[in-house]
Amino acid sequence: MAALVSVFTTVGIVYILVRESVLFFQHVPIGDFLTDRQWTPLFDDAHFGIVALLSGTATSSAVALAIAIPLGTVVAIYLSEFAPFRLREVAKPFLELLGGVPTIVYGYFALLFVTPLLQRIYPELPGFNLLSAGIVMGIMIIPYVSSISEDAMRAVPMSLREGSYAMGATRLQTALRVVVPAAFSGLASAYILGISRAVGETMILAVAAGMQPNLTFNPLEPAATITAYIVQVALGDLPHGSVGYQTIFAAGLTLMVFTLACNVMGHFLRKRFREAY
Amino acid sequence: MKPTDLQTHIAAAKRREALFAALGLVALMIGILTFATLFADMAWKGLGRLDVDFFTHFPSRRASHAGILSAWVGSTLVMLVTAFFAVPLGVAAGIYLEEYSRKNWITDLIEINITNLAGVPSIVYGLLALGLFVYQFGFGQSILSAGLTLALLILPVVIVATREAIRAIPQVIREGSYALGATRWQTVRYHILPYSSAGILTGVIIGMARAIGETAPIITIGALTFIAFLPPSPVKAEPPFFSVDWLFSPFTVMPIQMFNWTSRPEAAFQVNAAAAGFVLVLMTLAMNGLAIWLRYRLRKRIKW
Repeated sequence: MAALVSVFTTVGIVYILVRESVLFFQHVPIGDFLTDRQWTPLFDDAHFGIVALLSGTATSSAVALAIAIPLGTVVAIYLSEFAPFRLREVAKPFLELLGGVPTIVYGYFALLFVTPLLQRIYPELPGFNLLSAGIVMGIMIIPYVSSISEDAMRAVPMSLREGSYAMGATRLQTALRVVVPAAFSGLASAYILGISRAVGETMILAVAAGMQPNLTFNPLEPAATITAYIVQVALGDLPHGSVGYQTIFAAGLTLMVFTLACNVMGHFLRKRFREAY
Repeated sequence: MKPTDLQTHIAAAKRREALFAALGLVALMIGILTFATLFADMAWKGLGRLDVDFFTHFPSRRASHAGILSAWVGSTLVMLVTAFFAVPLGVAAGIYLEEYSRKNWITDLIEINITNLAGVPSIVYGLLALGLFVYQFGFGQSILSAGLTLALLILPVVIVATREAIRAIPQVIREGSYALGATRWQTVRYHILPYSSAGILTGVIIGMARAIGETAPIITIGALTFIAFLPPSPVKAEPPFFSVDWLFSPFTVMPIQMFNWTSRPEAAFQVNAAAAGFVLVLMTLAMNGLAIWLRYRLRKRIKW
């Protein structure tokens, strides 16, 4: 019975999101939702173009992944193929702690430490911007990417490595040309889960990237993401049942559909690498 | 290939290898150094504010008088509700899936579900809670709603930890118990649960550490950011000596207090945010550290 609670939770999430979204789409045609270029649901001249929020999400996620994927992969290769045993034993719990820090703390760090630091290099940078939020988010995601990638690389059988060494390959050649290709589906699933984390991340963006919807792909500008918009509305006092109240469910549904697709894809990729040997 | 060519080739390969090892170490350090900087930065700015008054004062419009009394009390009460629901449900679900269920489409469905739930962004849980707990069930923007939300959020963590702990118990133990005539429940009660309790505890602590720092879903259900009173006391002077009024009280929690202070323009409040963040990080670090230590001891001690 208790196990079914998880199913009820999923059903509940989908039911609530869809119910409120249906009400929302009775007010706003779905065509406008997807094609309008402005998101101003709380103004008199209301526009409901999710694209304006999606661009913020896409840009900040791109910055985060540009950091998390290369660094996470290098860390995983290093820990799995190069690092001495002692270092690995110390480093892994440390990385875990990094993933356990509350995201609001990372948000504080992005706004009040990383942004001033970046402003010293590039003085025109506004106080709220996607770049510093994205950088901090990327660092936050490194442990997720590296731990799944490392598991995948550890699952590669020793005999493959030994074969490579016997051919006279160095450790680096073995790592890059034997282990990484063999663990590729595992790495891909790590990246996909990283994407889903970045897209769903809320507090770092709400704190450090501003809450102004802005159709831009320039990380140096402030822009709201889907998640930041939900926070902004929830902080205000919107009456239950108003269009503004329903917008956050439509935004949430968009988010849910996207992350669900990512998670399912990651799940199947991971299953594949498990069955490979 | 002439011998000298071969030598330079090998030397180049070794150089590349050393270069990569250095790169790996640097990449690893970026993560760890960021964390160290973050911690040091907050300690540097916030330690001056950390005194007894900070813990015993309500938030205030004047930054130097503001404290986190309502925030830490709120966090504690929400955590109590979360643990009260998440631990029994999660452990029961884990035991059911490992020990009782047959392999059929329902358990497959449940399993896919749990994997998926673990990946749903936390803010979506907040939306669920807003629609379901706050309005549908009429719990309002209360401690109960928040506790239930976080319980759902950490349920996958508890279930997965329980299942892993149970799976580590060798089949021999179960067979020995059955051979002595124990029922399935007796086996679970006297063997499976005690042997897996440390593993389960690790999972519960990690889940709670996540819940305590979770901000987004609680903002979504509408926790207030400025609370200058405490929820009603659970203990009463007259019979029946306890009350559940506190469950329905408005509240604030540590991360929300910190969010509120961070988003203010005045520097004095940002100092408060640093102090609150320091306390928060210290708490999650302590909990995660405890979990890691428990797991480490567990791995060393248990030899079946």
